[in-house]
Amino acid sequence: MLAQTKEIFEACLLAGKIMLENGAETYRVEDTMLRMAKALGVERSHCFAMPTGIIFSFDDIEQTKLVRVSDRTIDLNKVALVNSISRQIASGGISGREAVIKLKQIDKSKPLYPIWLQLLSASIASGWFVIMFRGMWTDFIPAMLSGGLGFASLVYIHRFVKIRFFAEFFSSLIIGFTAFWQVRLGIGADLDKIIIGSVMPLVPGLQITNAVRDLMAGHLVAGLSKGAEAFLTAFAIGSGIAVVISFLLN
Amino acid sequence: MLAQLAASFISAIAFGIIFHVPKKTLLPCGIAGVVGWIPYLYLVYLRFDQILATFITSLLVAFLSHFFSKTYKAPIIIFTVPGIIPLVPGGLAYDAMRHVVQQHYFAAIEYAAKAFMISGAIAIGLVFSEVVTKMMVKIHKRISQRM
Repeated sequence: MLAQTKEIFEACLLAGKIMLENGAETYRVEDTMLRMAKALGVERSHCFAMPTGIIFSFDDIEQTKLVRVSDRTIDLNKVALVNSISRQIASGGISGREAVIKLKQIDKSKPLYPIWLQLLSASIASGWFVIMFRGMWTDFIPAMLSGGLGFASLVYIHRFVKIRFFAEFFSSLIIGFTAFWQVRLGIGADLDKIIIGSVMPLVPGLQITNAVRDLMAGHLVAGLSKGAEAFLTAFAIGSGIAVVISFLLN
Repeated sequence: MLAQLAASFISAIAFGIIFHVPKKTLLPCGIAGVVGWIPYLYLVYLRFDQILATFITSLLVAFLSHFFSKTYKAPIIIFTVPGIIPLVPGGLAYDAMRHVVQQHYFAAIEYAAKAFMISGAIAIGLVFSEVVTKMMVKIHKRISQRM
């Protein structure tokens, strides 16, 4: 295989992998990879992306490559950066080798916002969601507290335990208990509103939207598996809250 | 009303930070959040059906996100997700769960069906806008080819 073709292969696969790992829609991943290959001089290529891996091949040479994607997070900044690199390639601004170097930098780069800022914004979002759902201002601080705690436990449990959906279940359990005790101690007033506000940062909104868009774009495998992921996440959150309600309220 | 405006703006920006959107897109994310909530409130106030109101609002969010994604040269998903988060029927899903736990299964199914319909309305709104924009682009191309 020519060295140049190898670079094109590497650039496309790396771009697809970064996008898939950081929360892009599957149809957009395939689209970007095909466009990049075309702009770099490979007329016909085939790409099959799923939430758990990518298969990529060129028509003219008998070689197919597969990358496995095991860990998925949400970092839309990386998706946007890869997007801009693919634009640059399309306009002829950079070559395959430069693209590989830049993509490797993106892959290794740290998240845009530090973890404390994320926790802070999760708790702020929880507080304001109480207001949006017609809650009282007295429940603002309690929702901030339980929402922040819930999001923190989601992040930290996910680092230690690699079982999916366990972190979601456990953090919604924590949210439920915190909210319940705050109401019991008289800090908060309306338990329902506090809980709804605090679980909003955990809700799989991105996965649901992606699943539907993939399904409508004709990517049935990707859409269904993403839908299953979203459903299981929502179910884990719901059962965590259900445990709290059935233990404490009855 | 002012509180609702502030709430939708700030929480959409907070969601943008949770999802790591690029810094220059934080402000448009906030605007998408406002567009994803205030029209919905107004439509519900006008006694529109909840599902129809959700559909119209998510359509608005999707059109706005399309515009933003062209202006900021960023993937459209960055703007749609913070925008539609307030519409996600978290409250209804919670009510459904609560009734299941209390063994009121009929009420639970009612809430769950409504939550399902509303998520469907959000999705249809997003997809519908994409169809319309794609059609507009095609028509525009055809017209400019003839010129």
